[in-house]
Amino acid sequence: MKILVCISHVPDTTSKINFVENNTQFDTQGVQYIINPNDEFGLTRAMWFKEKEGATVDVINVGGPATESTLRKALAIGADNAIRIHTEALDATQVAKEIVAVIQENGYDLIIAGRESIDYNGGMVPGMIAALTGMNYLNNCIRLEIEGQNATAVREMDGGKETVTTPLPLVIGAQKGLVEESDLRIPNMRGIMMARKKPLSVLEPQHGDAQVQTIAYEKPAPKGAVKLVEPENIDQLISLLHNEAKVI
Amino acid sequence: MEFKLSEEHKAVQQAAREFAITRLQDGVIERDTNRTHPSEQVEEMGALGFMGIMTSQLYGGSEMDTLSYVLALEEISKIDASAGVIMSAHNSLVLWAIETYGTDIQKEKYLVPMAQGNNIGCFCLSEPEAGSDASMQQTRAEEAGEYYILNGVKNWITNGGHADFQLVIAQTHPEKKHRGINAFIVEKQWEGVAIGPKEDKLGIRSSDTHSISYTDVKVPKENRIGEDGFGFKLAMQILEGGRIGIAAQALGIAAGAYELAAEYSTVRSAFGKPIADHQAIAFKLADMAVDIEAARMLVYRSAYLKDQGQPYGYASAMAKLKASEVAMKHTVEAVQIHGGNGYVKEYHVERLMRDAKITQIYEGTSEIHKIIIARNIRKGELALPF
Repeated sequence: MKILVCISHVPDTTSKINFVENNTQFDTQGVQYIINPNDEFGLTRAMWFKEKEGATVDVINVGGPATESTLRKALAIGADNAIRIHTEALDATQVAKEIVAVIQENGYDLIIAGRESIDYNGGMVPGMIAALTGMNYLNNCIRLEIEGQNATAVREMDGGKETVTTPLPLVIGAQKGLVEESDLRIPNMRGIMMARKKPLSVLEPQHGDAQVQTIAYEKPAPKGAVKLVEPENIDQLISLLHNEAKVI
Repeated sequence: MEFKLSEEHKAVQQAAREFAITRLQDGVIERDTNRTHPSEQVEEMGALGFMGIMTSQLYGGSEMDTLSYVLALEEISKIDASAGVIMSAHNSLVLWAIETYGTDIQKEKYLVPMAQGNNIGCFCLSEPEAGSDASMQQTRAEEAGEYYILNGVKNWITNGGHADFQLVIAQTHPEKKHRGINAFIVEKQWEGVAIGPKEDKLGIRSSDTHSISYTDVKVPKENRIGEDGFGFKLAMQILEGGRIGIAAQALGIAAGAYELAAEYSTVRSAFGKPIADHQAIAFKLADMAVDIEAARMLVYRSAYLKDQGQPYGYASAMAKLKASEVAMKHTVEAVQIHGGNGYVKEYHVERLMRDAKITQIYEGTSEIHKIIIARNIRKGELALPF
């Protein structure tokens, strides 16, 4: 089985978010990058298929040279090959089309992408890949088993779960539950050494520029200070809720 | 001159940080309080390759450089300095010695399982009456046919309770003074080896420190490291490199306390503004940042020199002296910045302050390091660093 895991290179969850250039650019100064958490749940499940069932695991990213450290981490965790499409990722259509070109070239049985990346929260790439390739698609995937050419997967839905079976090839949108946080792997020292020697191919983009242009980013209004009301001052509480918070 | 870590060095640093935050942080206060050895975590450190980080892959290690070792130790010690010293003593005292001077049989039998993290090692040099003056060894290793018969007591042995293999320094030819000293690999399970009770320490409480006594222990001659009489020289060489590990541990303790204090000073307000905006606190943080950065440069440089195959004894002495002094001074300041909260365990800095003290004492006290540095000055051997 050949697996492709799509890896987004995203700011660490504790990063301070700021914008520059008239609020049109994300300020990367001092920001640490990580594997997008939803992608990491998917990668960890892919490693399980590699170790238990002999799957090969490729990882792919659409982005500049700075994203290679994130791809190397995926290689250190155990992926076999990494591919970077050398262009700035600006919109979901562009990213999906570039990934699809690689899928068509190499042929994969299973495509795993996080259900969304935690930077721009677009959540569109796996669905677009499925649409462009005609593969089956299952989003919000919290369990995945594969037997032969068939997958049994569980999808999280509002207030419940849905279990489905589907033939491969398949695209899934991974999330927590596919593996647990405690299953996530820290690259071991030997893995880091080996990652240096594993192939990381850089390919030129096939599909031209993005169609979407960002006009401006805006941060949410800062949270106000907390006001504590003594339990006996019900009138004050009602007045605050009515006049300040305007919720009653 | 390039002040830049390679991608691999950054990856090691990040992996160690991730390990420390996700695996060591939980329960670190309880382990300190109850003197609980982090056995499960050490096992995981073995699986990640930290317990044989510099050992050749030929012997089951990760074969990384000294700078990688330092970066990993710094990150681990920021969160749990006890785990830091367990890793340091094992790697730079025991594994390094066997890999550098051991026979093929010794490497196969002892180095491989230790580098893979399956067994822990300890270094038995100090004695009740031989601490800084390590040449005054009272432990005797008398020749008897194919064996040495070992008798004596070792004190303050890091990893003493959990180590399966011990690197023991003992006197064979007292008349030859330090030239009569030998080094042996001793197995914990051998008859006559007795582990004393666990010490109840001020800091690094979850690392296990014991005295170990030897009564007529039969040590096969093949377990001696190097030529007859090589033991003292070996011990001094071991400490030269070991200092880099303890310097990195001290740096981690200092940096961990500084990071906590810097963060706390932005969330704690007094007189209407965050305490970081009061000059009294801001200046403390500035002093901490400068001292820690200076210590970091010395520690990284000593690792770099070792990796380059250049003499590093004076550099590691400077690094260990500076990093441990900085750790002690600034963990006290970190408690001060935390005020009343700093005095309770929940905020971690009081533990780091207690942990810092030992770094001025073990693997050469601050005073011994000043002697080493001063001797280099007198000999005119204090080379220009760059």
